Amino acid sequence: MAKEFLEGNFAMAEAAVRAGVEAYFGYPITPQTEILEWMSHRMPELNRAFLQAESEVAAINMVYGAACTGARVMSSSSSPGVSLMMEGLSYIAGTEVPAVLIDVVRGGPGLGNIAPSQGDYNQLVHGGGHGDYHPIVLAPASVQEAIDLTVLAFDLAEKYRNICIVMADGSIGQMMEPAELPEMRPLRTTTPDWAVNGCLNRPQRILTSILIDPTLEEIYNHKILDTWYRIQANEIRYKEYYLDDAEFVVVGFGTAGRIALTAIRNARAEGIKVGLFRPISLSPFPFPQLEELIKTTQGILVTEMNTGQMLEDVRMAVKGRVPIEFYARLGGIVPYPDEILGEIRRLVHDPKSSDGDPRRRWMQRLKDGVITLS
Amino acid sequence: MMDIPIQTEVLTVYSRPDSLSRTPSHYCPGCTHGIAHRLIAEVLDEMDIREKTIGVAPVGCAVFAYNYFDFDWVEAAHGRAPAMATGIKRVLPDRFVFTYQGDGDLASIGMSEIMHVAGRGENITVIFINNAIYGMTGGQMAPTTLPGQKTTSSPHGRDVETMGYPLHMAEVLSTMEGSGYIVRRSLHDPKNIRLAKKAIRTAFETQKRGLGFSMVELLSTCPTNWGVSVQEALTWLVEHMIPVYPLQDFKVSSALDGLKF
Amino acid sequence: MPVKGWIDVDEIFCKGCELCIYECPQHVMALDMESLTPKGYHPVTLVMEGCTGCGICAIVCPEAALTVYREAPIKTNKVVQNTTVTTT
Repeated sequence: MAKEFLEGNFAMAEAAVRAGVEAYFGYPITPQTEILEWMSHRMPELNRAFLQAESEVAAINMVYGAACTGARVMSSSSSPGVSLMMEGLSYIAGTEVPAVLIDVVRGGPGLGNIAPSQGDYNQLVHGGGHGDYHPIVLAPASVQEAIDLTVLAFDLAEKYRNICIVMADGSIGQMMEPAELPEMRPLRTTTPDWAVNGCLNRPQRILTSILIDPTLEEIYNHKILDTWYRIQANEIRYKEYYLDDAEFVVVGFGTAGRIALTAIRNARAEGIKVGLFRPISLSPFPFPQLEELIKTTQGILVTEMNTGQMLEDVRMAVKGRVPIEFYARLGGIVPYPDEILGEIRRLVHDPKSSDGDPRRRWMQRLKDGVITLS
Repeated sequence: MMDIPIQTEVLTVYSRPDSLSRTPSHYCPGCTHGIAHRLIAEVLDEMDIREKTIGVAPVGCAVFAYNYFDFDWVEAAHGRAPAMATGIKRVLPDRFVFTYQGDGDLASIGMSEIMHVAGRGENITVIFINNAIYGMTGGQMAPTTLPGQKTTSSPHGRDVETMGYPLHMAEVLSTMEGSGYIVRRSLHDPKNIRLAKKAIRTAFETQKRGLGFSMVELLSTCPTNWGVSVQEALTWLVEHMIPVYPLQDFKVSSALDGLKF
Repeated sequence: MPVKGWIDVDEIFCKGCELCIYECPQHVMALDMESLTPKGYHPVTLVMEGCTGCGICAIVCPEAALTVYREAPIKTNKVVQNTTVTTT
């Protein structure tokens, strides 16, 4: 298929359609409403299920119901709506049925604003609903990646009977750039052997997340933990740029990683040997790859559009062996490449510290006027 | 004289429905949940739709309802059963999908979900067990608790000034254009149980004919949390609940007129 | 001849709730205090003649523990089809 000039939200929705999604349940919320609107037109056109639910709470429970029948199903929302879905996601994880969610992240907490942010990292990667479970979280940095990861999300969700979330910064949802949609895949023709769809010619099946006997609940928790470790072993995804001879590494995902790349190219032009490590799977996080990388690194700059949520995972990988600095814009602000370039220069030239809190040093710079919120 | 021998036959007047499993239930002795379960099973047997039916279980005393039936079920989060049922029905429109919910599940936390399935005219059936109390969690006030009724969270009796008035779900849902069959029945004696069964059958026939949202609200007892005997509970239902929750047809689609089965 | 009925009580289900005892129009049912079900309840049983197999006990039983039988004369039109009439 040829490249077209596509909006991120539209592209993710149509990618899901091409991937064979059978049902979409969602609710309007900026900046992802275009997904709902495109699906409201496209799904009925293809005789597939579409419904605008009364709330995100209802939407995720409709996803849960449809997922129990073995159907390929998804929802999409933005940060405040995703918070409402956390209960449903826990139930979906507790029942081990596949589901795909697109979170187009906006400024928060609370009602926040409609500008791009990466503030849902912890909610999606480390927390979310109650109980012990791990969704797969994929972070695109371009419209093309958003398309590819949305298609991949359905395959991963079904392969592992796991939740797969595409975490797109608000900017990815709203931006338009050339990208290619895949060919239309045929809908599935088989039904999984765990699906609840009416017990014709077979014994009854029950799908539930309640295991009132703690002995059984413990066994279930082990089962999905084992699945999580299989996912970690097989589904880590990342991209490396200019790392072959890099002395310094910038770590950033999504839009922040993409902007950092421009800064890195400019830094390279100045002769700074810096590269970018861009995680694509935030969950599972590329810990082994980072651990390997720091063996040849003099310093790391973590840049995000939140207060340092991925920073903590990087610190966990680095274990104080290499100095880390941090730079972030918050609340819906998107950094400029020049800001990152300034931080790269600081990382290279200033005295470095392997201990202390990179976040605190960044906050101190703001207080001291070394950097400004402009 | 002719001596005609009298031939007799043995009829099985009643036997346990196939749609029930052979698992003894955990419900209290005399709890009308069991009667409701039985009636649903009898209806599914009579309509021969056991293998095409999917039940959505609530959170409440009936959280394990799926153990007592022999067909496919899923378990919903508290109050979300109508949304889950919607998801199932939208991808499997030819199956019979129903929810089984109590007063907390349907009229409290699930208020949004139940209003909207009726509003959308979702072709699902809801069996609503109204026993004016929260059973599973030990007898707290429900949205359907009567004024003055003592519960563990209204120890001095429900004070309408601070705790509001009982919610009449059948009445409210019957105002929606998407509703096709909304009735209230009771399970307190054989006559009313027979009428309840007819209503449950009609509700599933509503779904079969695509006539919109169907709900049967069933006045039920909870002897344990009301703190009375099984017989006293039945009397209390008649004397106190029926005046507040009249047994009536609130909405019946005209396409159901003259339905015989 | 009067209609004769009887019941089977499945003891794994009966919880001795007595709804059937109360509703039985012939008042021929009572709890068997000499016996305990596997769950520890006193099951219901027929305690005298007179059951007509009306089935009302089964209608009120929350556990579907009762199977109800009725022995009744076959209706005349059926007899004409099926039997040979002997004359003396």
